[in-house]
Amino acid sequence: MNLIAARPEGLYCEAGDFYIDPWRPVDRAVITHGHADHARYGSKTYLCHADSAPILRRRLGDIDVRGVAYGEIVERDGVRVSLHPAGHILGSAQVRVEHKGEVWVASGDYNIEPDGTCAAFEPVRCHGFITESTFGLPIYRWRPQAEVAAEINAWWRANAEAGRASVIYAYSLGKAQRVLALVDPAIGPLVAHGAVEPMNAIYRSRGVALPATISPEGMEKAALRRALVLAPPSAAGSPWLRRFPDYADAFASGWMQVRGQRRRRGIDRGFVLSDHADWQGLLSAISATGASRVLATHGSAATLARYLGERGLDAGIVQAEYGEEEGEAA
Amino acid sequence: MRAFAALYRDLDAATSTRHKTEALKAYLKPALAEPARWAGAAWVVYLLAGGKRKQMIPTRLLRRLALETTGLPEWLVEESYQNVGDLAETLALLLPPAGAAENVALETWMDERLPALRALDEEARYATLSGYVATMAQEDRLVFFKLTTGALRVGVARGQVVQALAEATGLDAPIIAERLMGYTQAGRSVTAEDFGALVAPQTATPAAGGRPYPFFLAHQLVAPVEDLAAKLGPPQGWIAEWKFDGIRAQLLTRGGQWRLWSRGEELIAEAFPDLASVAKALPDGTALDGEIVVAREGAGVAGIEPFAKLQQRLNRKAITDRFLAELPVAFIAYDLLEENGADLRALPQIERRSRLERIVARARARALRLSPRVEAADWPGLAATRAEARAIGAEGLMLKGREAPYGAGRKRSGPGERDLWWKWKLDPMAVDAVLIYAQRGHGRRASVYSDYTFAVWSGPQDEAGRVLVPFAKAYSGLTDAEMAEVDAIIRRTTVESFGPVRSVTPTLVFELGFEGIALSKRHKSGVATRFPRMLRWRRDKPAAEADTLADLQALLPVSPAV
Repeated sequence: MNLIAARPEGLYCEAGDFYIDPWRPVDRAVITHGHADHARYGSKTYLCHADSAPILRRRLGDIDVRGVAYGEIVERDGVRVSLHPAGHILGSAQVRVEHKGEVWVASGDYNIEPDGTCAAFEPVRCHGFITESTFGLPIYRWRPQAEVAAEINAWWRANAEAGRASVIYAYSLGKAQRVLALVDPAIGPLVAHGAVEPMNAIYRSRGVALPATISPEGMEKAALRRALVLAPPSAAGSPWLRRFPDYADAFASGWMQVRGQRRRRGIDRGFVLSDHADWQGLLSAISATGASRVLATHGSAATLARYLGERGLDAGIVQAEYGEEEGEAA
Repeated sequence: MRAFAALYRDLDAATSTRHKTEALKAYLKPALAEPARWAGAAWVVYLLAGGKRKQMIPTRLLRRLALETTGLPEWLVEESYQNVGDLAETLALLLPPAGAAENVALETWMDERLPALRALDEEARYATLSGYVATMAQEDRLVFFKLTTGALRVGVARGQVVQALAEATGLDAPIIAERLMGYTQAGRSVTAEDFGALVAPQTATPAAGGRPYPFFLAHQLVAPVEDLAAKLGPPQGWIAEWKFDGIRAQLLTRGGQWRLWSRGEELIAEAFPDLASVAKALPDGTALDGEIVVAREGAGVAGIEPFAKLQQRLNRKAITDRFLAELPVAFIAYDLLEENGADLRALPQIERRSRLERIVARARARALRLSPRVEAADWPGLAATRAEARAIGAEGLMLKGREAPYGAGRKRSGPGERDLWWKWKLDPMAVDAVLIYAQRGHGRRASVYSDYTFAVWSGPQDEAGRVLVPFAKAYSGLTDAEMAEVDAIIRRTTVESFGPVRSVTPTLVFELGFEGIALSKRHKSGVATRFPRMLRWRRDKPAAEADTLADLQALLPVSPAV
């Protein structure tokens, strides 16, 4: 009997009567992180990490949300629930559920390489593990982020010297802050789009050190030409970008690993920078849990489950309605 | 190899033609100054200008390499390939990073290592290959595998290579274009000397040896008939001819030899031994531009067969006498580029035309025809003639300015609209067809269902038990946004998956256009369409109202009694 199972509303723990990242309104929701495909509007109560609470409030408005610390145990009907760092974005958590000695963990989205803008991923031992599988194919192998940072800085520097702004499309929550923490602010001014800055503010208020960002309003033309601009993917081709006299654009995402994905977007550059685990990352995270039952969800679930099954694990998939923004959030 | 790999990445990253030309120049400029790099540069130009090598390593060995070096199960490698849509790229992504990497020169790969691999037996070849790959830097691997699979498409047009070479050397672009003719012939090896000849200072020597002239390419004329007088002046300023649907070619006789060059710069005389008699009938130092078609006895446009017949000939490896008798070809000449060894391209079209008429008349060769002129007093008159093009197996009309010289490529040969060649094609034939299968594309469209199979109904709406009969595949004509929408619908309405192919519930109707249609035994529907593509998405039309096989058959040309 699985401690956590799929229902039309979302992942459900019957023993504790709550849902994890439900995609329909429920009474009690436990939220792994603040991305829109995981934190949805309409539930009566929300439980999430303390760093996620301001994000949920900002995005979902006036909701009943309780923020807890990593490792803090919330008990109900003999079920012990706790959150553990997932390394995906600020406040992202794996949900550990324990009932009568059986332990299950729902990973949410996770990244095992520490990135400095959120608590680093921690493996949690469990019997059953529900893992994401966004990049569940062996073609996804990330290079160390220091190398990607050097690539981004070199691109920005070359653009600045050629007198054009550098626009990076990055999801406004998580990826944008990660890019900010990676780049060298000595190259030029850092400009944040109106969708990105509120998220920067939340990060800063939770004690994450980010370099100063400014709004492009009233900036000198010369400064605009040296700027690195962080904007959500939806800003591509929008009038907002017209203030920059000339710019090169890039997309920062794990999907950029495949040339076709980049060319399809018609952007100048693709930086392979993901907030998700790569193939090896998924395998090592799964193995570190010691789980004998693994359920994959989100992305390449069937592929990952088949591979794990062939390696002797009891593996299956959970149909989920995540990933509507996978192209952006990844 | 490192320099070429870097150039490849720059070209791949560039989103505008200007950026691509700049990237090419950035590679060529330092190479020009350093003759030691010419051997490499010769290959770079060859590969980017469209030169193709035979596949040097069979796909089976590459797949084996993927399996053995990664230890992954075969289905997972296949799944990865399906997602990437390109075998070379899949390998580059899957293989474990190299230990110590060495940088082997491009010319060493092209001249020595890869040809040597071909000579080895299977096991030795595999061992050598995996040895090479193990010491190859990650960033070189994509280009390496692209080379070995024989397909190195990076979205650089030949014209851009010409432009970059011209800008880097300071030579005129037409000179470069001319020198580049024949350079990329299949299977050829290029050397530092070849590169040297390409970039040598300008001299007045005419087209040398067996090289053809750069083909003058036509632009599409899309304008209502009533606007043509304003756009092009009176039709008397133009030479109008049929636009034949065959193979564009240049036929040269020089130094006692004859050559037949396709527009893709391949020597194709071997496939057309029946044209040797034409060459024999022409004086030495002649260059004809024209179209090869299958045609029986006759002159002018009589007896010209549809392209499908030519296709049958092209598909054959060995050309038997019987075949030559059944499907004889003719060369329809429409321009004279060289006479008695002199380059005539600067002469007005009308002058070249009258010289051509004389040459064709004098040759009196059965398989050589003069492209007939089509004349009318005004544009509506010409349009009326154009409407009959299909009846004689043509696609429409060609319009060539009377006074214009012969240009190179798509560039105009002079300052005006009349210095272009225009192709004035008939609107395509079209039916409303239902999408029934979809497959993921390649390259840019690797993760999108972009290749579709279309069907029409076997009978009218009220016929019980009618079925959808597949008849054509198409993958072009939709915008990216439309394709994304169609992709989502395909995923939602999938009935079954067979490997990379999905069958879907028939809901999507498209107006499918094509240039020609012919009877075919190979197709379930009994017909084969030429160049099918999506003209528009018929969101307004339910699948049940799509066209039928009878509608399709009605478009078949009335075949002459056999």
